[in-house]
Amino acid sequence: MKATTLLSQPLTETLVEHPYIEDFMTSFGLVIKPDSNSLQHYLDHLDPDALEDLGISSEQLRQSLDSFLAGMLALSDPMDKVESLTIVGGVDKSGKAENLQLTLKPGEVICIVGPTGSGKSRLLADIEWVAQGDTPTKRKILINDQVPDSKWRFSTEHKLVAQLSQNMNFVMDLSAEEFIRMHAESRLVTDPEAKVAQILLQANELAGETFAPDTPVTSLSGGQSRALMIADMAILSKSPIALIDEIENAGIDRKKALELLVQEEKIILMATHDPILALMGDRRVVIKNGGIEKIIESSEAERKNLVTLEALDNKLLALRNRIRTGDTLENL
Amino acid sequence: MRFLTISGPPSSGKTSVILRVIEALQTRQQKIGVVKFDCLLTDDDKLYAKKGVLVKKGLSGALCPDHYFVSNIESCVTWGHENGCEYLISESAGLCNRCSPHIKEITAVCVIDNLSGINTPKKIGPMLKSADIVVITKGDIVSQAEREVFASRVRQVNPGAIIMNVNGITGQGAFELTSLFEDASDIETLKGKVLRFSMPSALCSYCLGETRIGEEHQTGNIRKMDLQEGSA
Repeated sequence: MKATTLLSQPLTETLVEHPYIEDFMTSFGLVIKPDSNSLQHYLDHLDPDALEDLGISSEQLRQSLDSFLAGMLALSDPMDKVESLTIVGGVDKSGKAENLQLTLKPGEVICIVGPTGSGKSRLLADIEWVAQGDTPTKRKILINDQVPDSKWRFSTEHKLVAQLSQNMNFVMDLSAEEFIRMHAESRLVTDPEAKVAQILLQANELAGETFAPDTPVTSLSGGQSRALMIADMAILSKSPIALIDEIENAGIDRKKALELLVQEEKIILMATHDPILALMGDRRVVIKNGGIEKIIESSEAERKNLVTLEALDNKLLALRNRIRTGDTLENL
Repeated sequence: MRFLTISGPPSSGKTSVILRVIEALQTRQQKIGVVKFDCLLTDDDKLYAKKGVLVKKGLSGALCPDHYFVSNIESCVTWGHENGCEYLISESAGLCNRCSPHIKEITAVCVIDNLSGINTPKKIGPMLKSADIVVITKGDIVSQAEREVFASRVRQVNPGAIIMNVNGITGQGAFELTSLFEDASDIETLKGKVLRFSMPSALCSYCLGETRIGEEHQTGNIRKMDLQEGSA
């Protein structure tokens, strides 16, 4: 759709094809109705005094509308394919060189380990900012072996990175279904209703305790919120890289959660100290004093121990369920 | 001297964001000045002074705060320039949501927080809608999806702006914001500059100190609500 057709055809057509134009006008306090006039005609006939009351000039409104439409139309463009992400080492907090180059491919899971304050978040921030030696660590991030376009830094339409932070609180007064729908609409996905249903279904599979679509987001448990956000990230986000700041070990099937994300062919970087998640990763990046100290490949022996760890974890989970259902733990 | 106007609703985190930016600028040995505008009282000037930056505060008192801002900002810029500041930041709260301190050709920043509610972006006028950079704060308190939904609402009313998440407590994002400040407008004076948008006019008897309620006491620029049945 060309912007010129959009401006000249009757509003009855434009508003049906681009419903977000009505939202846009409403957010400026303007009313737009589908009639036989064009969008251009509508814009030309806005009352300048009314606009002044609303705090916008006709010129500014036009400029905003142009960038808004450009952004919305860009949302349906395919995202540039990310085949690899390379971290070119910088320096640690004492200025010692990291001397490394780490390349990650879609479907890979990399765990980031290190004590609090060691610089795990800075590494995640360097990736999100697509650092080019311009952050305190002097690291460089390459996409597909090249210095990426700086548009990645500020693009809200095509974000390189989707982040899942530890905090899962909600403040919005919406049900789980309404919230996910609003998120889907902001992403302009095709068939939002199907996506919303799929996300709620997945979230319920991940969560220890199920929840109904009309549950207010503010009353979801920690595990339910995490499950909802992981399902949301896997299904809605087009970002090729996922940064995860620990999946807490409560009320959620962590293994299934990680599998869901990997299945979407994302590059996953996860800050974690959870032994099961760490061993599910392909490699572990060890951070010390702000720098990458070493990289550990998950070994065959470690993978074998994963089975033992999972058995232990399942045992604890079963005990947790017994407590929940009012059972006693006299006999383990 | 790089000059920026920073505005935003009360308690959105303007001062915290500016403090984190100052810390990042100071690691590059930059001389910074801040002018803090407020209405009745502020102690934020002490927070700035503690960081070792030059600071002036202006309290509008009984005057409209944004009108007070625009009548003083030119001399503040001259003050910053004469004192050798490499960066000058003006901080003011947008109290009525219709005013805006933003000036044409001067980098304009609006600070707004994730907790302020999904409908807040559309309620704020030119202060948000005409800003070049929108900083969204308090992102650590909500989930990623909620941050995205809020940011998309901001983008809807100001699609041309650079939208950034900054955490005023931990400073996450402040380094990245600072790199945008390096490209801010470079000026010596505000002579000849104009506001991005006119301020709401207020020229009625109440502006001049009238306190009595009633038609007979109302003169000047008065507008009446339509309370007839069927009208909004």
